[in-house]
Amino acid sequence: MPDRNGTPNAIRAENVCRYYTMGDSEVRALDGVSLEVRESERVALVGASGSGKSTLLHLMAGLDRPTSGTLETQGRNLATMSPEELAAHRRGTVGMIFQAFHLLPRMTLEENVELPLRLAEVPREERAARVREALEHVGLAGRAAHRPGELSGGEQQRAAIARALVNRPSILLADEPTGNLDSRNGEEIMRLIHTLNESLHMTVVLVTHERRLAASFAERILVLSDGRLAAQGPPGDPTIEALQ
Amino acid sequence: MKANDLVELAGRNLRESGFRNSLTTAGVAVGVAALVAMLSLGAGLQGLVTERFARSGLFNTIGVFTARDMRGMERSERRSGVLESNTRPLDDGARKDISALPHVIEVYPEVRLLTDVSFEGRTLFTSVSGLSPSASQNEAFEKMHGRFFSGPEAEEAILHADFARDLLAPANSPGDSFPLPMGPRTGSTPDVTDAQLDSLLGREIVLHYGEREPTPPPTQAPAHPTGRGTRAQNAAASTARGDPASGDSTDDTVSFSVVRRERRLRIVGIIDTEPFAGITASAASRVFLPVGLAEKLHPAQASTLRDIMQAKPSASENYSALVVRVDDPARVQPTQDALKRMGFRTFSLLDATKSLRRVFVIVDLFLAIFGSVALVVASLGIVNTLVMSVLERRREIGVLKALGASDADVKRLFFVEAGVMGTAGGALGVLLGWLIGRVINFGTNIYLTNQDLPHETVVLLPLWLIAGGVAFAIVVSLLSGIYPAARAARLDPVQVLRYE
Ligand SMILES: Nc1ncnc2c1ncn2[C@@H]1O[C@H](COP(=O)(O)OP(=O)(O)OP(=O)(O)O)[C@@H](O)[C@H]1O
Ligand SMILES: [Mg+2]
Repeated sequence: MPDRNGTPNAIRAENVCRYYTMGDSEVRALDGVSLEVRESERVALVGASGSGKSTLLHLMAGLDRPTSGTLETQGRNLATMSPEELAAHRRGTVGMIFQAFHLLPRMTLEENVELPLRLAEVPREERAARVREALEHVGLAGRAAHRPGELSGGEQQRAAIARALVNRPSILLADEPTGNLDSRNGEEIMRLIHTLNESLHMTVVLVTHERRLAASFAERILVLSDGRLAAQGPPGDPTIEALQ
Repeated sequence: MKANDLVELAGRNLRESGFRNSLTTAGVAVGVAALVAMLSLGAGLQGLVTERFARSGLFNTIGVFTARDMRGMERSERRSGVLESNTRPLDDGARKDISALPHVIEVYPEVRLLTDVSFEGRTLFTSVSGLSPSASQNEAFEKMHGRFFSGPEAEEAILHADFARDLLAPANSPGDSFPLPMGPRTGSTPDVTDAQLDSLLGREIVLHYGEREPTPPPTQAPAHPTGRGTRAQNAAASTARGDPASGDSTDDTVSFSVVRRERRLRIVGIIDTEPFAGITASAASRVFLPVGLAEKLHPAQASTLRDIMQAKPSASENYSALVVRVDDPARVQPTQDALKRMGFRTFSLLDATKSLRRVFVIVDLFLAIFGSVALVVASLGIVNTLVMSVLERRREIGVLKALGASDADVKRLFFVEAGVMGTAGGALGVLLGWLIGRVINFGTNIYLTNQDLPHETVVLLPLWLIAGGVAFAIVVSLLSGIYPAARAARLDPVQVLRYE
């Protein structure tokens, strides 16, 4: 859906809440968040631990549903989708990467990367080429037959990125992708995501608590605090600097 | 997710915990094997018993009589809706019509006579019966000496062993060979060996009998010039006796004579047990000849006399009774109904196979219940294995969901895993059950051999049981998969990915 500037929105949240009820008490993980992410934009979600960053990312991924509010991707409201539609959204529209990589340990890289193709019912004869292409994108074509355990952390995360982009999603959601990596590997992963954003025009939402990483990567930074959007702006914006 | 991908992923998962899943599958196999072994034992026993019954001819045979004969019967027939005007004589036309009925495999007349049989100068009075070709299926001919008749009109005879012994043992008085009706013979001669019996094969006996010959009314039938006419009837019947009760008085006078005849018959076989040759009392006979030959002889039978007494003789020889064989005991009732509609009286034994089948349903049910217990235990094994698998694979399930697997996909994955274990277990189980059956058969036959009894198939594995065993295992395994699959599908990926 185009915004006032005429650039279409990849994601639009309006008053999104996600409450967890635990017995009598209620945890407001997200409490009225409204935001917009343009297509092909690189944004970083920052905030203290427990501020609701992962929760928001999971909502965008369609793994969870808001308690109230509207969350649109490509003009469709995730809040009202059926479980089947949410699954289709996860298969086709978004790709996810995690701090813990979450590769399946007993499958080779090839097989791990093929999984989303299986789920999306991509014809068998197309799969090998697409797996290869994805692995080439992340520079792991030579390790296709290896298992995740035989790879370094950085390589594993690259494999996870290949898995996330093999279905050619329009949005890449990354939850602390460098959290388990040393700085050199971390930087390499961020450079890779940056390239994908530019070459494949993927919208990227990056969750991180590293200010420096967010500043170097994102075009815009969204600051969450206690489940609310406290500030947003380009890196270097004084309000954002003040909040971090 | 496509079916082949599901199966591939499921197969992968099963291989990854190969040992555990093999044990679970083995559990299913044992359960199915128990079930299959039990039911095939049931099927085998049932086959054994019903085959015996079928071969006895007891339950697929109908006796057909003309409805004119018995006045007493007519009243009840009238009540049961059979019109007496509908009655017709049991002649060749009727025989042809009966043969044309569906499921009728054989129609032959009952021929039984009490007469003299001589062998090497000795004459014995005994009961002689015609045997239909189908009687060769009878158990009595299983262990016979010699062979069955070479053809339906062969001039051959089969003797009952008791009679054969009497022929061989001149010490016995000839009268002894006349058996008590249906009763066991007590006066057998043990000093005759099997080899001696076999020596009778190929030798000839002479059958003395009276042939019915129609004669024109005025001519008096000449007595056959024979010296030994003590028992043979030289009969000339002249009847003009109406029956006032029925009102169908007959004025015509039919005469026929009974002429003494002889026929040489070659002994081809000797049997130990009495064959059941239809619905009539031929079991008590001691000498048997092919029914076609028996017919050709036109012998005067006991019924001929009855014809005379009842004023029913006619020039065209009617059958006193026909024996009708159908291809299936279940066809007896409908065929009998059809015969009644044609105007005949019928007689058959109750379809005992029906109640027998009922008994076997109950037996099978019990066997199935015992067999199923093992399978229930095995299905608990599946539930246990899959629940453990769900717990172990929480992270994998979460990742699959994050990558776009729907709840249904996850559910299906676990169902396929359960189904694969069920199918493999079922197939193995049927194989194992078959092996158990073979062992039981083998063991039984060793026992039977020691007891000097013929071999039997006590355990039978019909096709339905093979298919049913596998299908049942699959169904049970899928049922076992319901809970674990639902549990896997319920798994919240957010929780899993956040903490694991
Ligand atoms: N299932 C749940 N039940 C109850 N509370 C929850 C649940 N999941 C998350 N929360 C709470 O919601 C809040 C937001 O959690 P979230 O994981 O989004 O934080 P975060 O910003 O990603 O933190 P971190 O930087 O440590 O990853 C936290 O206070 C957390 O305890
Ligand atoms: Mg988090």
